[in-house]
Amino acid sequence: MGANSSLRDKFERGLAAPICLTWELTYACNLACTHCLSSSGRRDPKELNTDEAKALIDEIAAMQIFYINIGGGEPMIRRDFFEIIEHAVNQKVGVKFSTNGTRIDAEAAKKLAAIDYLDIQISIDGADAETCDKIRGEGSYAAARLAMDHLRDANFGEFKISVVMTRDSIEQLDEFEAIAKHYGAQLRLTRLRPSGRGVDVWDELHPTQEQNRRLYKWLMERPNVLTGDSFFHLSALGDPLDGLNLCGAGRVVCLIDPIGEVYACPFVIHEEFKAGNIRDAGFNAVWTESDLFTSLREPGNPGACGSCGSYDACRGGCMAAKFFTGLELTDPDPECVFGHGETALAAKKVMLIPKPSPDHSRRVPVAITAR
Amino acid sequence: MSLSTSVIFDASAPWSLSSQVSLRDEAFGALAYHHGNRRLVFLKSRELVAILRSLENFSSVNEAIDAVVPNEHDRYVEAVGALVKSDIICGR
Ligand code: SF4
Ligand code: SF4
Repeated sequence: MGANSSLRDKFERGLAAPICLTWELTYACNLACTHCLSSSGRRDPKELNTDEAKALIDEIAAMQIFYINIGGGEPMIRRDFFEIIEHAVNQKVGVKFSTNGTRIDAEAAKKLAAIDYLDIQISIDGADAETCDKIRGEGSYAAARLAMDHLRDANFGEFKISVVMTRDSIEQLDEFEAIAKHYGAQLRLTRLRPSGRGVDVWDELHPTQEQNRRLYKWLMERPNVLTGDSFFHLSALGDPLDGLNLCGAGRVVCLIDPIGEVYACPFVIHEEFKAGNIRDAGFNAVWTESDLFTSLREPGNPGACGSCGSYDACRGGCMAAKFFTGLELTDPDPECVFGHGETALAAKKVMLIPKPSPDHSRRVPVAITAR
Repeated sequence: MSLSTSVIFDASAPWSLSSQVSLRDEAFGALAYHHGNRRLVFLKSRELVAILRSLENFSSVNEAIDAVVPNEHDRYVEAVGALVKSDIICGR
């Protein structure tokens, strides 16, 4: 057992407030990435207005949530984007936001560079335009690189470059490292999950067993590469990767969506994992009292993984990955390093795969222009 | 960033919780967050949290520890000292 395991047991019972709170500001997006975890595209008419957004930040500050991850959709599309993040950092609530970069021109970069307690994460899904644009749309790579240029020119400091590991991008690990080095940026790799529109592409895009083994080795040699605890299912391969190594959904992790719905994690936007809405009695009430979160904080049932010698390292993997591939939550992760997930999937061929619930995808693709 | 790697922890000297640090109580102890270096540190016992909160009222770390856990002095000197590296506490 690792030194952290007693602490992890405590985390499994939940915290007074989340450590990793993601707040998606809008479902609107000017891109249409094939793997979008929130099926974003069109704005939802019920999205929180500026006053509601600020009141939520006040509550977050009162709950002593020290920093939040802002995403979308494309958060910078909101006209009150700067007003919202400034409201947060002014109360010492740190902000890290994820963006496709298309709205970061020279002027926006300067504005961003002037804000304290701000982290930016720019997404690319390939180390060249061809690989990236296949997933994120034509022009997306050039636009993201231009945004990075602007941030560098504005002396923003160290930003993050975020990459989802697909069967293609995983072959470019060294190239991503070089791009990050070029900008003095931090590289962040995350796992492709079958969430949102990802459910349609997961089969063909998720890494092979062999690729996952290589990724594990690569990450073990580079403790400075961030992963947001994404790959703990690979910890079953040997020494644990850096991080808590547990599914934090509803325990240390949660998502507030653009219309105030609270889900157990950003990757489970589905009726089944909805805990409540902040418009009813506020976020704290949902976090501390909802039936869903209470049940997620009970000791997990190892199910089919109970007899696996690596259960302590991998904890059966990711709940979202199981759910959206049609597995039971007590089944092994679909990418179980010993192949038990694949066996479980094969045995359930005829099962119905749940569709992510709210879908804000646009019907027509839109061309992207770099700024 | 900081020079703290070269700072030597002396438990007979006065220390205090950094003014940049917020503590959030949790069932297991507390989370400490340093707003400057953005480090999140888990404080794994309530006694440790009580000691940290009271550091500034004592003229040494030793006294602060003895006021809370006199029987586990050495263990807590180590636990408090471990927080120097992340700048959670600083000398005064
Ligand atoms: S059987 Fe379960 S616990 Fe073991 S490695 Fe596979 S997913 Fe992880
Ligand atoms: S469901 Fe998956 S992505 Fe969400 S917290 Fe659990 S392990 Fe992480």
